[in-house]
Formats: sequence, structure tokens, C-alpha cells
Amino acid sequence: MSSLASSTVLLRARSSVSALYGFSLVALALAFTHPLVLLAVAAATFGAARLSGCQQQLRGAVRFAIPLALMLAVINALLVRDGVTVLWRFGELPLFGQVDVTGEAFVYGLLLALRVVVIIAASALLVAIVDPDDVLRRMRRSAFRSALTAALATRMIGVLTRDARRMDQARRCRPDGGGSGRRAQLLMVGSVAAGALDRAVDVAATLELRGYATRVAPPRGDSLPYSRADRAVLASALGLLALLVVGVASGLAHFEPYPRITIVTGLTELLYGGLIVLTALAAPIIGERGRRR
Amino acid sequence: MSALIFDRFAYTYPGRSEPALRDVSLSIEPGEFVVCTGLSASGKSTLLRAASGLVPHFHGGTAGGRVIVGGLDTRDHGPGDLAQVAGTLLQDPETQVVMQTVGAELAFPLENRGLSRAAVARGVEEIALTLSIAELLERPVDQLSGGELQRVALGAALAARPSLVLLDEPTSQLDPVAGDELVWTLRRLNEEWGTAVLLVEHRLERCLAHADRVVVLSAGEVVCDAPPSEMLGWAAEHQPALQTPAARLFERAGLRPPPSGVKEARATLQSHGLLEPAAAAAAAPPERKRPRWPRRAEPAPPSALSCRGLIFELPDGREVLSNLDLSLLPGERTALMGRNGAGKSTLLRILAGLEPPTEGAVEGEGRVALLLQNPGDYLIHERVDGEVAADLLADYGLEEVAASHPRDISGGQRQRLALAIVLSGSRPSAVLLDEPTRGMDRAAKGDLIARLNALSAAGTAVLVATHDTELAAAMAQRVVLLSGGRIVADAPTAEVLSGGWHFATETARVLGGQGQACTPEEGGALLRARMTIEATP
Repeated sequence: MSSLASSTVLLRARSSVSALYGFSLVALALAFTHPLVLLAVAAATFGAARLSGCQQQLRGAVRFAIPLALMLAVINALLVRDGVTVLWRFGELPLFGQVDVTGEAFVYGLLLALRVVVIIAASALLVAIVDPDDVLRRMRRSAFRSALTAALATRMIGVLTRDARRMDQARRCRPDGGGSGRRAQLLMVGSVAAGALDRAVDVAATLELRGYATRVAPPRGDSLPYSRADRAVLASALGLLALLVVGVASGLAHFEPYPRITIVTGLTELLYGGLIVLTALAAPIIGERGRRR
Repeated sequence: MSALIFDRFAYTYPGRSEPALRDVSLSIEPGEFVVCTGLSASGKSTLLRAASGLVPHFHGGTAGGRVIVGGLDTRDHGPGDLAQVAGTLLQDPETQVVMQTVGAELAFPLENRGLSRAAVARGVEEIALTLSIAELLERPVDQLSGGELQRVALGAALAARPSLVLLDEPTSQLDPVAGDELVWTLRRLNEEWGTAVLLVEHRLERCLAHADRVVVLSAGEVVCDAPPSEMLGWAAEHQPALQTPAARLFERAGLRPPPSGVKEARATLQSHGLLEPAAAAAAAPPERKRPRWPRRAEPAPPSALSCRGLIFELPDGREVLSNLDLSLLPGERTALMGRNGAGKSTLLRILAGLEPPTEGAVEGEGRVALLLQNPGDYLIHERVDGEVAADLLADYGLEEVAASHPRDISGGQRQRLALAIVLSGSRPSAVLLDEPTRGMDRAAKGDLIARLNALSAAGTAVLVATHDTELAAAMAQRVVLLSGGRIVADAPTAEVLSGGWHFATETARVLGGQGQACTPEEGGALLRARMTIEATP
């Protein structure tokens, strides 16, 4: 992420603003199950990721989300007995009792799966566009201990990943390949965990040596004015939040899975989905155009 | 006001009975450049941690006496306060960076001082230019090499322009070129900014010429505190392992006083008429060496390990190894050298089968043992004797620590234990070692060289990736020099290490490559022979 830090509007915006933008997409996905709205949020998320150069992070997150989402869809179809359209009758099954798969449970399961994928993708976008260093700087003033923990955790992820990779290579260099089975795995995990403590102490020592604990406040009035990127992303984020509030308050995009699937899909819903996409992509598109001019 | 004062300071780590520092008294004045040295586990790193306030505030334990840093007593001020006057760089650069990008890392200590945004930006720019890391400012820290990380961590330590800089083996991860550059940078900061420097270092030949004083620690006590040439005289009598190669060269040639650097050594030799004029040396025909490869008529001996057409590309398409051919004969001892990022570690990992090459093939019969850079990565058991069999522990002189936790033993012991682990089982046809002497004193290096020689005598090919020219000269028969993933030199050790400046031993630099002498022993013999000729009427 950081290598792209100065290249696109979403990544150039200050962390508080880009966090609000990412959070509003996550909130929209959490608030609605209507397929049209979910597809709109998905389009907005992937579009924003593409315009910010973060597609790779999103692809990784979606790869992780899909098996989880499919599992959720299958479980919903097998366990939920609501719905009137029976697709398959499995009869009496041990533990499950009478299992009938209904069309409504099947479709709702798929929609839940879609929602999980969209939420995880939007969360991945949030992580990708927010500069953790900037978050730490800002948190440091208001929540020192949380910021210290976050600083350690952020840094330790990379350090421990590399440690584990190196230790795995060292294990493979042993004449016996480091052994196999549960005991060998436990030894390895124990060793990485013991190393993690040492590493955390070292990183914490460095934070001390760089004066992190001194908490000297910066001079007053030293904050940067809102840049063009900040303003553009803030406008998009506030627009998305407004759409969220209006949608929830007005009962827009109504969806009822049981006993029969009721999906209200009219011009209003189409317009609402379109507005989500346009509002979300306005900042990256208009911001970039303004920059090129 | 002194930059640093140790006043009868003593310290014992929690849970230990033996003190790590005993009754240490020394002071460093503003603008002084002081080198601290000593054998492994002599208390050097603890001394540095005491000066930065980590001891005892961070590590706990029992302390006596006082340490005063820039007027702040460490009994009343912790590392955060001391960071206002002292910049510290500890050994492992991997844990010395805490932010995501280089720019943020350099800005971090300035922001912690409460400086304005403009002052932070100016400070970052200045330190980046000073350390030649301006092109790294936007890079994420997890994409940096060890050498780059080291420079960034040094930048963070220096960014706030502290009046005292404390550095623990800052050149241990650096190639000879980067190591020299770093020491020169410290000298420049010392001269131009008046920054006092306390530098802990094993490789004295890199920094002694710049030092005003050398402090020697032994078992936690200051046993010598003197200017460099006096310290070398003391070392000759009391701790020969601390002598620099140039000092040993002079000792073997029977010359006094021991020189603190190459310039001083050359001046002394010239005054004795023992150095050929540069032009004559350059014009002298190179000595004919025994051909490394057998003549055509003889059948080529089968190699213990070889690779052909090796190419290795990173996922982003950057080529790390470029069409590389290398063959190691049984029993051959080879040093693999090159700058940071030249592809040495990658080559070793591919030869050992840890990474598949993008193109090309590795051929070899028998097992290939690889000792990676960090010996701690091999240690996964709760006790040392859980790692290898008892007879091997005895063979590697580790029976005394058999019941200890592997993380509690010294660096040298860890290195031996890791070597014992990779060499246990059947005899390997080739042994590959990646930077095995990092942080090792000369006594431990001698032990390692003896082990490698024994392996070689038994027919095992030895390939050591190293920045340590002195190790290469003492151990290797052949040096392969990598640059940008290609082999740029592959020749007998004397030819490679006597002909350059950065990739040359101190002896070779003193003698200007004359006689292709690389070790103090070879150089001493050459000088004695010249003295004999001059003395003959």
C-alpha cells in the first residue's frame, strides 16, 4: 500500500478521511441484504480498488472469503427450514432431523454469501487505503497505549512473517527435514512463539529509543490544510453515509426471504444502487481528472 | 559537560548471578569518537544499552553507580528522555524500524520531539541526503535489504541530530563498500556536527583509523582505555585476538609501533623502504599461478555441486540471478562475495534446494547442508541437548551448556550448535554457509575456519557467502565475486583479494597488492624477506 502512497486520490487522502470512506462502504454492506444494493457496493468497492491500484489486496481477501461464504450458503440451505418451495427432500438425517432444502433458504444462503464477500472486500479496501503510520500518529495523541499496542502489532506482523519463513527454511535444512507430525509442528509453533516475545521486546525497545513515550505535543496550528484529495474523498464518504442513512430510514431496498422471497426491485432501487456506485467512484475519478489537468 | 559519563557503574541482568558490567568508569567528551571492543559476551552491548537507558529501565535487573548522558542521570530519566540527547542503533536492523515507510521512519523521532511539520520535513530530507537514502523515502520498509534497513535505522537514530550517537555493530550486515561508507559518514558527522560517537565493533580494522580512543571490555570490566595505537600495543600483550590484521602484519614483520590504519601502516613501511613504489608495483608482471582447472587432456573431476544457466526472478520480474554457472569441486573451499543485494543468499538457497530457480539446473550428488544467516532460526527445542546428540555436542565443545535453553547461550555457541545441527547425519557433499561470522570475534572465527578446513579435508566442498574479507583470505582457496546476479570474478583468493580496494584484506591494502599477500602471515613473510635482502651487503 505504502508504495502507492502518493499515486492515487484515495491513497493520498489523510487517514481519517480515507478510513471514513472505507467504513461507509463496509456499513452499507452490513446494512442491506438486497442483492441490487450488495452488487452496487461490490461494484463501488472493486471500482475504487482498481482506481487506487489496490486490486491485488482485494483479490487476496476475496480468495479467502469465497470458501467461507460458500460454507455459509450450504449451512443456511441445510439448516433453515423456512420457505415454502421445497427443492430437495433428504428425509430424516441423524443430528439434523428432517432436512428439506427450500428454494428460499438456498437463495438467502447465496445472498448471505455475497454479503460476506462484499463485507470482506470492503474491509480489505479500508485496510489498503488507510496509512497505518498516519493512524498511529493521530492515535498517539488521544490513545497512547492503544497506539503503542497497534504500532507493535503492525510492525510485528511483518517481522514475524519473515521470521516464520526463515525458521521454516532452517527446518528444511536439517538433515531429517525437521521431523514430521504433530510434535514437530508443536515444536515449530513453540519456537516461533518464543521468538515472537523476543522480537516484541526488541521492537518495543526501539519505540522507546525513538522517544515514542515522551508524548511531546506538536506546536498548535501545525496541522496540514485539507488537500484536494482530502476534500474529494471526504465528499464521497459523506455522500455514502447520507445514502446509508436515507436507505435505512426510508426502508428502501426491502428484502424478505421467508416464507417467499420478496425482493422489491423498482426504479428507486436501481437509482439507489447507481447512486452508491457514482458517489463512491466520484472521488477517485474526479480527483484524478483534476490532477491531470 | 561530558557527552557520557559512567561512574563506577555495575549491572546484573534479572535472574543472573554474574554481573554483566562491573565497576565501569569512563567518560566521553563532546566531539569524541570512541570505539568499544572486546571478545564475545564481554559486556559491550550491555554498556551501550546502559548508555541509552534501556538498562535498567527496560530490562530490569540490579544496577549500581551512575550513568549520565548529556547531563541526564539514567536513574531519573528513561530511554524516552535520553532519546532527546542520544541516538541509538542496536544490532538487529530488522527490529530497529517501527513504521511502514522509510520516510515515516525518519520522521518518527522528530515528530516525537514535538517538532513542527516543516522542521520534520526538513530533518527527513537532510538525513536522507546525508546517508544517501533519499531514493528510498517512499519505499515500504519490508521491501528493503538488510543493508538498506541498517542505513534507515541509522538515519532514524541520527535524524534528531543527537549530541551523542550509540551504535552496536552497525556494519555487521553491510558489505565492505557500504561498511566503509557508513564509518566515513560517522566520521563526517563527528567532525562537522561535533557529534560524540560510541561505536561497539568487532571488526576493528574498519573503524580504528577514525577513533580517538578505544575502550576494551573483558568480563564486564574496562581493561584498556587508550588511543588506537596504544590499545593495539596492549592487545598484542594481553588479548591478541583484538589485534587488527595490519597490527598482526607488523608484529610478524617485527615492526613497531602497530599501525591504527592503512594510511599509517603504509607511511611506516615507506619510511623503512619496504613498499615498492606504486608504479613499479603496477608494472610488475603478475605471478604465474597454478591453473585452477586441469588441462584439457586430463578428465575434469566430477563436481560436488554445480549449477548451469541459473536465472532467478522475483514476482515483480526483477532478476536476482542472471544466467549463472558455478561448479564446486570436492574438498574445494570457496568464498562467495559481493555487495548487499548481489544475489549471494539467493544463490545459496537455490543450491541447497530451498528455492526453485526460474530457469537453469542444479546438479550434485549427495546431501547439501546449508547454514543460514541467523543460527537462532535452527533452534527449536527447550534444551541444547534436544537439538543434537550428546557426542556431537562434545565434538563442538557445547557439553557445558547442554542443559541450557538455546536462546540463553552466546552467539558463538549458537553458531556452533546450528552448524552441528546441519552437519549431523551423513557427511554432506557440500556445505554452504551464509554470513557465518556476523558478530563473531576472532577467536570464534578461528574455530570456525578450523572446522571448515576439516570438512574440506574430508572431501566436502565448502562455499561461504561473506562480507568478511579476512575470513575469505584465511579460509578460501577461491573467491567468486557476484555483482547484479552475475559472476564478475572467479579466481584464486590471492588474485581477487589483493587486487582491489573494497574487496581486499587490510594486509593487501597496506601492501598495495604486492606479492599478492592477503593475510598478515603472508604479508609478514614478504616483509621479512625484503628486510633480509636489504640487510644483505
